[in-house]
Amino acid sequence: MTFDIALPESAQTVARDNGDVVVFAHPNDYLATVAALRDNGFEMCLDVCGVDYLEHFDRELPEGVVGTRFEVVVQLLSVSRAQRVRVRVQAGNDNPFVDSLFSLYPGAEAPEREVFDMFGVLFDGHPDLTRILMPEDWEGHPLRKDFSVGRVPVQFKDGPGPR
Amino acid sequence: MSEHVRNVERLDALAAETHEGAQELRPRSETMPDDLGKEMGAVLRVQGLNLDPTSIDVETPSDERMIINMGPSHPSTHGVLRLMLELDGEYVLRTKPVIGYLHTGMEKTAETLSYVQGGTNVTRMDYLSPIGNETVFALAVEKLLGVEVPERATWIRMMFNELNRISSHLVWMATNGMDLGSSSMMIYGLRERELILAFYEKTAGLRMNLNYVRPGGVAADLPDGWEDDIEILCDTIYQRTFEYDELLTGQPIFRQRMIGVAPITAEEALALGLTGPLLRSTGVEWDLRKSMPYLAYDQVEFDVIVGTYGDNFDRYAIRLHEMRESIRIIRQCLQKMPSGDYRTQDPKVTPPPRARIGESMEALIHHFKLFTEGFHVPAGETYVGIESPRGEIGCYIVSDGGPKPYRMHTRAPSFTNLQAVPLLMRGGTMSDTVTVISTVDPVMGEVDR
Repeated sequence: MTFDIALPESAQTVARDNGDVVVFAHPNDYLATVAALRDNGFEMCLDVCGVDYLEHFDRELPEGVVGTRFEVVVQLLSVSRAQRVRVRVQAGNDNPFVDSLFSLYPGAEAPEREVFDMFGVLFDGHPDLTRILMPEDWEGHPLRKDFSVGRVPVQFKDGPGPR
Repeated sequence: MSEHVRNVERLDALAAETHEGAQELRPRSETMPDDLGKEMGAVLRVQGLNLDPTSIDVETPSDERMIINMGPSHPSTHGVLRLMLELDGEYVLRTKPVIGYLHTGMEKTAETLSYVQGGTNVTRMDYLSPIGNETVFALAVEKLLGVEVPERATWIRMMFNELNRISSHLVWMATNGMDLGSSSMMIYGLRERELILAFYEKTAGLRMNLNYVRPGGVAADLPDGWEDDIEILCDTIYQRTFEYDELLTGQPIFRQRMIGVAPITAEEALALGLTGPLLRSTGVEWDLRKSMPYLAYDQVEFDVIVGTYGDNFDRYAIRLHEMRESIRIIRQCLQKMPSGDYRTQDPKVTPPPRARIGESMEALIHHFKLFTEGFHVPAGETYVGIESPRGEIGCYIVSDGGPKPYRMHTRAPSFTNLQAVPLLMRGGTMSDTVTVISTVDPVMGEVDR
């Protein structure tokens, strides 16, 4: 099941067999793509989450989409159409950043802060991009794949290892 | 569409604007208008969706204004929620929720646990509705696997989800009563919840954090005589809901603290992404069980409870009535419970029966492999959302074909719903903050994960 919403040309819509509809937005047209969806009935932004594809640059993507290390995934919901859509946008490799959805959905504020906190993805236009879950003086972004899970230091050994 | 053309100059500026510093509210004399705008939280965002710091009252700080800290361990914050409040006398001007005190890195942990073990992790997120978490995780894994779940397992899941909704709302009734000074309600709510927990224990062996719903079905079949237990449970709780009604609804103090306090409109609720009783209290008829049925909710009859004013009282009334609707669904489950397997017979996800392990080497190896390595899930990504007692709980899983999720993210309803707190509290009195936190009903285990 797909829908008849005019999206920017760079956006590609994939309808999966299991009923999921995924829109791959180009980073430059990300805001325009989501705005088109919002103006056509997708009133709610349920969730913004990040994925670190450090080990999977070669993942399955539609033709023309160049996979980057970080990806931001947005779940949109339409109450009037009773439909879901997922927007995936490639956020970049070393200094990931995308536009903030804050101007479209105020409710994206906390989830975007969480993505920043966990992955270090910057959101352009976000009013208050600070850590939300981790302590303020924390170094690094824990959900990145190259962030060590850490271990419990053992007493009476040489001393605790790195975090 | 080839290489990404990105605005790199902006990046440095953006990184400079981003700070990992203070999450606290500072006094007005030390706060620049820009910062004030940021701290206004959800309030400004909803009003015209534009940040305009000048529209906030930034005149000279008066002696009456003060910043107080509430929490993280305050009895009315239901866990470790910390609120920074700016008060003008008795009235709340600014509110900033500070969260993260219960952050245990569950999403990171999920990447190190196989799909078989994953249930024990997710069940601890929203600890008042463990079944909802497990169900959404199991549904997402099954969607990636393409496994068909037997009819009976689906109905058992549905019945447990509804039991869970009742027990969660009972705890809500109890703590809400406690917050408003009705300690009898506290005792009654937990007393009735005990019936449900006892049934959990009889079926799954545990009272909380059951890991009962697993990918492929449920962990165990219903115990002998479960029909009688459920019947007693339904009759008792249904009758008791009227007692709560009598105890609270007409109570003058309760009414004064609930009716018309902290209203929210449908537009604001949608813009902030609120779900569950918060959204329904504004008159939006949105319940995933009805609107986008999952499990077997399209085969049972129930009503979606909708409010009108979006105030505290509506949120209370919705939860009270939802318990009755849940009992209606459970009674239908009782009548229509199909017979058959309680988990799929697909050997890929289900271990061989216990009896065969003793006599067959292959069965032993199969069992061993399933519980050490786990089963492999085809590469892909999917999202499933269901209606938990607090709103839409969702699970986004990315699989790379291995036995562990590459990424598991939970869309926690409490986390998003908490964004409404600054808006609901604005202009209210200090004593209303207690009722606002209570009726938003955040579970901090889920907020922080």
